[in-house]
Amino acid sequence: MENKKKSIWVFGDYRNYYQNRVTLQLISKAMDLAKAINAEVCALVFGHEINEWIMEYTAHGADRILAIDDPALKSYSTEQYLVIMENLARERDPEIILIGATDFGREFAPRLAKRLKTGLSADCVGLEISPEGLLVQIAPSFGGNMLAEIVTEYHRPQMATVRPGTFKEIPHDNSRKAQVERLPLIKDLPEPRVRLIEYERCAEKEHSIENAQVIVCGGRGMGNKNNFAKLHELARILGGGVGATRPVVYAGWADHDALVGQAGKHIKPKILFSFGISGAIQHTAGLGEADFIVAINKNPQATMMKMADVAMVADASDVLNSLIKELKKRIRE
Amino acid sequence: MLKLVVCIKQVPMVTELPWDEKTGTLRRDLAPGMMNPACKHALEAALQIKEKHSAHLTVITMGPPAAKEVLYEALAMGADSTILICDKILAGSDTYATSWILAQTINKQCDKADLILCGAFTADSETAQVGPQLAERMNLPAVAYAEKIEVNGRTLRVRRIVDNFRETMEMECPALVTVSMENYLPRYVGLGGLQSAFDENQIKVMDTATLGIVAADVQKEGSRTKVRRVFLRKTQKENEFFTGVAVNVVHEFLNKYERKISTVIGKSIEGKERTRGK
Ligand SMILES: Cc1cc2nc3c(=O)[nH]c(=O)nc-3n(C[C@H](O)[C@H](O)[C@H](O)COP(=O)(O)OP(=O)(O)OC[C@H]3O[C@@H](n4cnc5c(N)ncnc54)[C@H](O)[C@@H]3O)c2cc1C
Ligand SMILES: Nc1ncnc2c1ncn2[C@@H]1O[C@H](COP(=O)(O)O)[C@@H](O)[C@H]1O
Repeated sequence: MENKKKSIWVFGDYRNYYQNRVTLQLISKAMDLAKAINAEVCALVFGHEINEWIMEYTAHGADRILAIDDPALKSYSTEQYLVIMENLARERDPEIILIGATDFGREFAPRLAKRLKTGLSADCVGLEISPEGLLVQIAPSFGGNMLAEIVTEYHRPQMATVRPGTFKEIPHDNSRKAQVERLPLIKDLPEPRVRLIEYERCAEKEHSIENAQVIVCGGRGMGNKNNFAKLHELARILGGGVGATRPVVYAGWADHDALVGQAGKHIKPKILFSFGISGAIQHTAGLGEADFIVAINKNPQATMMKMADVAMVADASDVLNSLIKELKKRIRE
Repeated sequence: MLKLVVCIKQVPMVTELPWDEKTGTLRRDLAPGMMNPACKHALEAALQIKEKHSAHLTVITMGPPAAKEVLYEALAMGADSTILICDKILAGSDTYATSWILAQTINKQCDKADLILCGAFTADSETAQVGPQLAERMNLPAVAYAEKIEVNGRTLRVRRIVDNFRETMEMECPALVTVSMENYLPRYVGLGGLQSAFDENQIKVMDTATLGIVAADVQKEGSRTKVRRVFLRKTQKENEFFTGVAVNVVHEFLNKYERKISTVIGKSIEGKERTRGK
């Protein structure tokens, strides 16, 4: 009976563990889903010297851990992980597989889905269980303000990727227990056809906005590159960072690092200023955890204004200039 | 001679599009199509390889008849031949189905391709799934998010930055690479170039029948995911509006929220306005 229990799998992507908590966020989401279909949450960890991650995933809510600890797996290998995951999934038949949409996950998940002949939806912003017990994969739909509910009706497992920051991890709890299964490396694991010749960690970005308390975001309503650049002045005064929408990044007013939304960063500031942004769903998908939103837009009907706590109907650059001037005055005196 | 294939997609110019404020949707009817930016970078990478090595370059797209436009553009940039896969039964394909059709087409029309290039992702879906799934379909070694590709005989050396790691990988042809937008700035093609590409008219248009694909297979390899419902997000918050001249709006706002802002930024801005007097 026991091995009949349904299982929700979360792929353990630990490479940037301290900056990127997506695996923990997915374990927490999987715990919610598991209740609805009476399943267990199972985290998978492949690598070498991986005890730390086994402990972390346990403390953050996994019921079971499938671990393969072997020197052959000491660096990430898409091909080897694929063989291992495919084999395990065929053997154990998980109901759902969730994978973080890191660069690695975005290359790994589609290939795994193809091998398992199943569907995959990318960048989900919500996951639910339908009354029939299906995984409902909610993702921004093309254009405007629409969300799409996607299901994989006839194939298993049901698979989804989720951007870091979309869901919340549960607090670390050392008293949690998980059933840890340590598995041997698959026999005859093929040599990867792609050879990793060299790799190095890039220097940490200094001004990552993911953890900033105050973020000043600008959109196309800033009008031009010069006006946009002044957002940095406000951010500096407030001790925060600058975010941008996609058209602004494409236009070269801001770096790709500043992109906020579905295709960029998910942010969680205490205060968010949003200048000249319409509030398309692909952008607001990244604002899930902003506490207090101040939007400035000429158009009072803009979605961003409706989502805001404070909505200022005015010219974005005028408000920006006044705010900078006024704050400088008030802080100094 | 190297056989190169680049898969490209036509996407609407989303970022230039006006919104329909009433329905909150994109005015897609107003959308002119363009070559997806990452696909254009992939094409540029192929063209640069072709400049160094003797190569034949085929560009493939699946889409509606209007997608011919991006193929003409590809010809103008320097592609040798192009294929448009166009068939009503393929409309609405998800990445699982798309990768299958692309693989079928490459197998049938570009037998023994040495290197297949895709964009890393499309601007209208951002799934980044088609390239990796195509590699699986064709059982090829693959690297995603490449910013530099070097060809040495049959060996490919690919550089990329993923998850904050700079990696150099090697693999043997045949192989697949998806190209990021970091490098390979696409060459500019003047109007004249485009015009002559139009004249040459070298686009093969194929439906599933001419590709020799039977309907049952399309069914079997068809989409796994289904969009069950599309709905409008609820957005209205209990919010507060400030309207008027910017200077006044800013004063009002700061006076009301000075405490909140001071706490978050850890610097006091409180009471300054009032003590200063008017
Ligand atoms: C697959 C996909 C993924 C995407 N991912 C992202 C993403 O991660 N992040 C992202 O941001 N976008 C993303 N987008 C794009 C997104 O759909 C929108 O196009 C984008 O967010 C709109 O940016 P915007 O608000 O700056 O521009 P617009 O939509 O053009 O809005 C400009 C706003 O400025 C206001 N305005 C104009 N002039 C003034 C003025 N003088 N003063 C005050 N207000 C003014 C206007 O009323 C309007 O509301 C994605 C799209 C797709 C299809
Ligand atoms: N309809 C299509 N026709 C040809 N190539 C495509 C098509 N859709 C996707 N691709 C390729 O797959 C890449 C990634 O697309 P996507 O998975 O949609 O983000 C694109 O940059 C193209 O190279």
